[in-house]
Amino acid sequence: MVDANTRQKLFGTPETNFLNCSKGWKSWAFTLDHKRIGIMYLIGVTVALFLAGIFALVLRSHLFTFDSTMLSDDMYNQMFTLHGAVMVFSFIIPSIPAALGNIVLPMMLGAKDVAFPRMNLASFYLWIIGTGCLLGAILSGKGLDTGWTFYTPYSIDTNTGVIYATFGAFILGFSSIFTGLNFLVTVNTMRAKDQGWFKLPLFVWSLYATAIIQVLATPVLGITLLMLIAEKTLHIGIFDPKYGGDPVLFQHFFWFYSHPAVYIMILPAMGVISELISVYSQKRIFGYSFIAFSSVAIALLGFLVWGHHMFTSGQSLVVTLIFSAITFTVAIPSAVKVFNWLATLYKGSILLNTPMCYALSFIFLFGIGGLTGLFLGALSTDIHLHDTYFVVAHFHFVMVGGTLTALLGGVFHWWPKIWGRMYNDFLGRVGCFLVFSGFNLTFFPQFVMGSRGMPRRYASYDPEFQAFHQLSTVGAFVLGIGILLSFVVLVYAAFRGPRCSSNPFRAASLEWQSSSPPDFHNFIQTPVLTDPYDFESQVYDEELDTYIPREFANPDKVAPRKEPVHH
Amino acid sequence: MAVADSHDTHDDHHDLYDHGEFIAHHFDSAEQQFDSGKLGIWLFLVTEILFFSGLFVAYTLYRTNHPEVFEQAHVFLNKYLGGLNTIVLLFSSLTMALGVRSAQLGRNKNCSVYILITMVCATMFLGVKAVEYSHKWDMGILVRSSFDLTYTHPTPTTEIGKSLHISDYLVYLCIVPALLFAGFVVASAISKLINKNMLAKFLMAMAITVSGYFLGVCIGIIFMSATDAETGSSHASVIAEQPLMLLASTQDDHSDGDHDEADHDKADHDKAAGDPSHDGEHSDNEEHFGAHPADGGEASFDDHHPDPSTLDRDIGIFFSIYYCMTGLHAIHIIGGIIALGWLYWRSLLGHWRTDYFGPVDYVGLYWHLVDLIWIYLFPLLYLID
Repeated sequence: MVDANTRQKLFGTPETNFLNCSKGWKSWAFTLDHKRIGIMYLIGVTVALFLAGIFALVLRSHLFTFDSTMLSDDMYNQMFTLHGAVMVFSFIIPSIPAALGNIVLPMMLGAKDVAFPRMNLASFYLWIIGTGCLLGAILSGKGLDTGWTFYTPYSIDTNTGVIYATFGAFILGFSSIFTGLNFLVTVNTMRAKDQGWFKLPLFVWSLYATAIIQVLATPVLGITLLMLIAEKTLHIGIFDPKYGGDPVLFQHFFWFYSHPAVYIMILPAMGVISELISVYSQKRIFGYSFIAFSSVAIALLGFLVWGHHMFTSGQSLVVTLIFSAITFTVAIPSAVKVFNWLATLYKGSILLNTPMCYALSFIFLFGIGGLTGLFLGALSTDIHLHDTYFVVAHFHFVMVGGTLTALLGGVFHWWPKIWGRMYNDFLGRVGCFLVFSGFNLTFFPQFVMGSRGMPRRYASYDPEFQAFHQLSTVGAFVLGIGILLSFVVLVYAAFRGPRCSSNPFRAASLEWQSSSPPDFHNFIQTPVLTDPYDFESQVYDEELDTYIPREFANPDKVAPRKEPVHH
Repeated sequence: MAVADSHDTHDDHHDLYDHGEFIAHHFDSAEQQFDSGKLGIWLFLVTEILFFSGLFVAYTLYRTNHPEVFEQAHVFLNKYLGGLNTIVLLFSSLTMALGVRSAQLGRNKNCSVYILITMVCATMFLGVKAVEYSHKWDMGILVRSSFDLTYTHPTPTTEIGKSLHISDYLVYLCIVPALLFAGFVVASAISKLINKNMLAKFLMAMAITVSGYFLGVCIGIIFMSATDAETGSSHASVIAEQPLMLLASTQDDHSDGDHDEADHDKADHDKAAGDPSHDGEHSDNEEHFGAHPADGGEASFDDHHPDPSTLDRDIGIFFSIYYCMTGLHAIHIIGGIIALGWLYWRSLLGHWRTDYFGPVDYVGLYWHLVDLIWIYLFPLLYLID
């Protein structure tokens, strides 16, 4: 039991915080504070998102009519390549772990920082260098037209800037490894006292599973890209069939990384959703350990399914069958998560604010994205659907409908914590609606087109597909406007929004025990270890207009703990 | 349920740094810091192994699919030089381990000596490697696309090459180390003059480190000339046992169109076969680094040396893999030397204490891994039978 002054000091609005404790550009450029690095990462990935988003809108504009001459065919190839490469390597992979995770993960553990703060900063600068090299392909005037996959032998023969781009992806890989390694060590050694593995928020579990993939898979991409550069410059004959090399070997190496990378993109998103669903239902997450272990299961199974990207590349039938079977097993842990989220919602006290709207969109969109994956994992249907718009729609439902939606939801959820200011919830929800409807309008027609045989990566198409393409293009602009609106809402809130308290949403994980914005050292006093899904542990304090841990509350004014209700 | 050192006001942040000279502010104790670093370095080593794994997989695939290529190719690697390098690296692992032990006991002076020896071994390794590389480049043993085996050694054109009868390539490979050596000696002397004795000592140690490279080059050349006769005969024994089989198998491959590059390759074959300068040309494997004036070898293909025109051009793929693996390994050695240099400097400053020796431990683990990778590379590349 503490007095009112202490409460004010711990949970009130602080005078100094991590944002204003030091000033000047150097205090940001050379900061070792995980929160500042996370914010810089957030700005960085936002720039990448807008750049790659503009590429996408140009593409969609070109495809508005079937005989469009807006872009030359070469330009079209470069456009979709850069859209894919920047989105994958510079945006999605670092988005949730390196930006949101960086800010939240140490605080969820009650730690002052990640285990290796300098490595954390290095990771950010590597991200800048890598993205610079990737974009250097455009700036050099050569462009890049291989698709984001850099498949040999075309990538060896083309005169476009493959070396810039692969070198950029190589550097970005190290950036990702640094983040992953840091998180693994942080979770292992820097948890709060008595905070066992099963007292961790599920976001931490998912980041841990992600980090396992980042550490184990990314080096393989690194060496593959180095070998590709060596092949292109010295012609070492490992991938180039002209010199006795095996181009399919490149595909194996590439997908050995890039399939697990799909789970680098989606696992953190699932972690965010687990937090949002539970907090905004004010109900203990259903099946905690199932969700936790399903993250690890997805991470491990993810290493065994790369061959499903190569069903039509000439693998033996036996290998193809095995990859297909293992691919189906990935559906199990994914479905476990979805069922647990739905069970958490059941009879919860649901608050339909912006983050929750994004969380619910996620479940719907990820459901479609995941289920259409089964069509592609099944051999017979995949032969028909491979390299069509069906594939494009499928992975956009997972990557955009999944990851981007969860990223936006997570950013809205933790935004008041980061800036100490509240966003306009109505406009936030409007943004969410635009994102959701624009997204569906963009990609749902693509399922139809794909199943009717519209091939991906073509600059022109049969007139019969024009109506679908036009729906898709209109949808893309709605989606773009939705993201832009959310961006404006968030930026306005960060600088001009009304002040908010330390824990406005009655969340129970440790990061909400810091002030908003948090102190430079995260916590002014050692946080009280609470169960992250026991919302009864947080009680309302009238003076501060916020939720604080029961241990700190004035006992005269606290309602007794509600006994759990059994239905 | 204390999580971390609690501190009550914002003004006492600096107090956090008081709980130990080398404990970063975000750790609670030296033990937590050490454990974090140790787990971190182990994970880093995992990424390193996976980084090399791509090359090991490529090696396995090509060896399984083209065993004949590997049998033909490995005879061009000098296993005595490889063995020498293995011993050098193993010895450096020993001194590294002793260095770690000294750091753990807080004996900074001993630690610095062991680290210096480790660094000298590392540069020696690179020196021997430079001899091997330059020898192969001379013979046209390059990566697949530029592979053009010839037993003639080009006449050295550089002054140093001429006077010492060493390959031009070796001279080029010695330029950077020579500049580094001179730079370190001069810098050390200047530091001495301006009374920065510690820095002078450090720079002198770096100069000694670089001189290890030249030691490696000298030993490499001596080994090379001493063992060439023997490796020559090992070329002979392999080829003598099964020359026709090798020839037959490679030709089969081509006629079956097994190789995607058949057409292109054939052209190269024809060119090589039709080139009169190859036919009947003399080679003299023993004299590359020997005292013979390199007036262009005139040799015939005796039973010691396979005729280049009968060799499968695909053996270039073996050397592609060889250069990728050993090159990447050499880059890791160079990285290790830089890390060791940092440790040497900190040993001079006397940083290691019984409760703080993490960095030596971590770099030591990295060094053992680099050593271990070589332990795998050596038999895989040099000792194929």
